[in-house]
Amino acid sequence: MKGIKNDRLRQGGNEGRWFFAVLMIIAALFLSAPIVTAEKWGGVDELVVERIAADHGREASGPLIDTDQGDLLLFMFLIAGAVAGFAGGYYWRVLTTAGIMPTRKENG
Amino acid sequence: MKKTVCCCLWGLAGPLIFADRAYAMHISEGILPFNWAIFWYLLMIPVIAYGLKRLRERSALDLSFKPLLGFMAAVVFVISLLPVPVPTAGTCSHPVGTGISGIILGPTISSLVATVALLLQALLLAHGGLSTLGANVFAMGVIGSFTGYLTFRVMRAFGAGLALSGFLAGLLADWATYFTTALQLALGIRGDAPFLPLFTKILAAFIPTQLPLGILEGAMAAGMLMLLSKKRPDLLFKFKILKLREVER
Repeated sequence: MKGIKNDRLRQGGNEGRWFFAVLMIIAALFLSAPIVTAEKWGGVDELVVERIAADHGREASGPLIDTDQGDLLLFMFLIAGAVAGFAGGYYWRVLTTAGIMPTRKENG
Repeated sequence: MKKTVCCCLWGLAGPLIFADRAYAMHISEGILPFNWAIFWYLLMIPVIAYGLKRLRERSALDLSFKPLLGFMAAVVFVISLLPVPVPTAGTCSHPVGTGISGIILGPTISSLVATVALLLQALLLAHGGLSTLGANVFAMGVIGSFTGYLTFRVMRAFGAGLALSGFLAGLLADWATYFTTALQLALGIRGDAPFLPLFTKILAAFIPTQLPLGILEGAMAAGMLMLLSKKRPDLLFKFKILKLREVER
């Protein structure tokens, strides 16, 4: 099993490169739109959930910690994106690089 | 390759950096009445408690489980924040990510991961709410994870391939989450109005956005499983996702 794993790791993974290339193109196509059309594209929460709830007398209240003030939310998204991106990349490297995975110390 | 992967992960997290509003499907603070908010908390707490127990057991048995958990937690957190525009509907919403994490981590640990992600989003990103956390965790965490996990297991039991099983698991996990959200909303806000017409109305309003997003989510789940099967087939075999003959092929 270990031999199979190391062989796969050594192969370099052209398939993986293709997968990520396609993923990045799809991500760029889908994810760039809200950046340039943020004013035009409403979220389902606003357009569906909150609107229907308001029709039935339930209004959404503000969050406990209101970060939706000016550019504060932008900053929070920056932090969230950075931390999640770092954590994801770090653990992916631990998982896929031979020899990094922590090993259990033998007793005695 | 590692650099490419790291760049891709940063790239995927990038839209969070540039987003200027949180477009979500999470139920916002204050929308559900108190009794319904408590009800959904009561339903999700036992699953989370069992998820904690399973997490302790699995991380004690297998040292590779914690890095995998960390990776999946980052994936679920990012995926459930991504505002994806759906041109056919003219709206934005996000995938849930709990289908793939349910398959890889198991449904109860995946529910736990979703709880942490949703709690952080409710506290720091004005995304969902604390009073509605129980409902959001139940829909996205519990239902999403169990639907993904069970769909995958059933498809594999019938001999379906890894990609097809992963695709259907991701697709159904997404749709099941929004079905549950529609149910929660209809039950919570209906007052004296009849349940079924309101439920149908909410569900119909979700469909134009979630139908294509579910397909995207299915593709993401299948792609992630295929990638892991190339990079770490031993892990997937250990977690009973791959069969021995598939690993040796």
